[in-house]
Amino acid sequence: MPVDAATVKRIGRLARIRIEPEEAATYEAELNTILGFVEQLNEVDVAGVEPMTSVTPMQLRRRPDVVTDGGYPEQVVANAPLSEDNFFMVPKVIE
Amino acid sequence: MTDLTRLTLAAARRGLADKSFSAAELTAAYLAAIAAANPTFNAYVAVTADQARDMAAQSDARRARGEAGRLDGIPLGIKDLFATKGVHTQAASHILDGFKPEYESTVTANLWRDGAVLLGKLNMDEFAMGSSNETSYYGPVVNPWRARGSNARLVPGGSSGGSAAAVSAWLCAGATATDTGGSIRQPAAFTGTVGIKPTYGRCSRWGIVAFASSLDQAGPLARTVEDAAILLTSMAGFDPKDSTSVDLAVPDFAAAVERGVKGLTIGIPKEYRMDGMPEEIEALWQQGVEWLKAEGAHVREISLPHTKYALPTYYIVAPAEASSNLARYDGVRYGLRVTGKDITDMYELTRAKGFGAEVRRRLMIGTYVLSAGYYDAYYVRAQKVRTLIKRDFEQAFAAGVDAILTPATPSAAFGIGDEEMRADPVKMYLNDVFTVTVNMAGLPGIAVPAGKDAAGLPLGLQLIGKPFDEETLFAAGRVIERAAGIDFSPAKWW
Repeated sequence: MPVDAATVKRIGRLARIRIEPEEAATYEAELNTILGFVEQLNEVDVAGVEPMTSVTPMQLRRRPDVVTDGGYPEQVVANAPLSEDNFFMVPKVIE
Repeated sequence: MTDLTRLTLAAARRGLADKSFSAAELTAAYLAAIAAANPTFNAYVAVTADQARDMAAQSDARRARGEAGRLDGIPLGIKDLFATKGVHTQAASHILDGFKPEYESTVTANLWRDGAVLLGKLNMDEFAMGSSNETSYYGPVVNPWRARGSNARLVPGGSSGGSAAAVSAWLCAGATATDTGGSIRQPAAFTGTVGIKPTYGRCSRWGIVAFASSLDQAGPLARTVEDAAILLTSMAGFDPKDSTSVDLAVPDFAAAVERGVKGLTIGIPKEYRMDGMPEEIEALWQQGVEWLKAEGAHVREISLPHTKYALPTYYIVAPAEASSNLARYDGVRYGLRVTGKDITDMYELTRAKGFGAEVRRRLMIGTYVLSAGYYDAYYVRAQKVRTLIKRDFEQAFAAGVDAILTPATPSAAFGIGDEEMRADPVKMYLNDVFTVTVNMAGLPGIAVPAGKDAAGLPLGLQLIGKPFDEETLFAAGRVIERAAGIDFSPAKWW
């Protein structure tokens, strides 16, 4: 089984999702079920196959590198749980 | 007066045009139906009655001035995934509590440009992750269909379950939906409605809450093939705000509906004949072949050898993209915030509380397959298999196939709270086994109701087309709809 309790904890940390100790076993079982399911991809011969990067054969468009939008900070922060003077408010990150 | 909610979208459009009724009357009829039935179905998570009445009044005024648009006065439901300015947009998630965007999605803006009326926002699986609409923060949606002789509540499918149920139960004339692995076509099949996922790039993704960006596409759910064609014509179109939107003229899809299938070559992929597939689905598929043949199509068996790998590939690619897209929900810019002892604590607590179990599960998988040491083994390999899946289709089309006929789902609608599905996430994922290949290859796919199972529940067939050839799908879908000749109205028990 590729995923153990320590891995669940590490992945939870990377995903920024708190995993309570009593939840770890459930995650471990579910993640192993899904990873077991995708295991069958190892049967496929992918030698020389390019990984897909775009599903439609198109070139990304370019545009002039100029400012085309903005100037409405009150709209940007309108949905923030906490804001002040058009700034997002977060807990202190630098001591 | 006849019940206006029973009209197809095309018939409602004619009635508005010849002044048989007004947009205000049509909207009032739908609002009354929603008020009476939504507590039963839980299809709408927000009803915008005042806004709907305003939009209908404006539509009537436009029509009086002779300025009516293509969808003028047609009342629509919008999946909660589409940003609607100043209106509930939460992807049916707790983490977007209270979110009211300051902007409008391109697809919905196109619908309002053509005169449509917003009835409200429709329930869905949280962040479009699910196949039964049971992962919604707002609770499950009830399918208007019941098995003969049973009162058991069935799922409408997912993730666009609210859209499908609302269309089927006459709570809107049509609805927007989105499809990442089957989220339009599977609910269509479960509710006897028509749903099309257009070619990737046909509809702008701008303003649609992102799940898996390389797979997500918007499309309509409607009561008939013609209605779906009318809606897609308005929804689609080039948008410079979505870099994957394709700069291609949008045909009048409704004009293609009666085109027929004479002379077309329809492929039947042998790999879609799965072990343990119910006999009635196999029989329906064969029936579909006969219908198309009778209308002059050539039918031949084809091979899409990598079909069985589409679902496992999806369960790497989609969670990986989701884990990146959903990183933005951090309790800072919008929605829910749970305070903690420091900023990391705040992120972790907010996301643990704000995301439901299925979303958390997929974010964990996505984070795992992208993490150092596993990226090549899982993600890069999956993207290579995806290339092979797409190549299978390209080879079939290059060999002269115009469209591909398959079942839409491996079963009819199942019960809410199904124990087997609950116990094994992979079992739920198998709902999308016939639809997910289409997303992997970026192709258009339509689900059309075609028959009923022994319990009287709707079953659908799927047609898969060449890139940007939705017109052939509407034409072939219409042939199936007409040949089946079944009225897919649920018996009204509510």
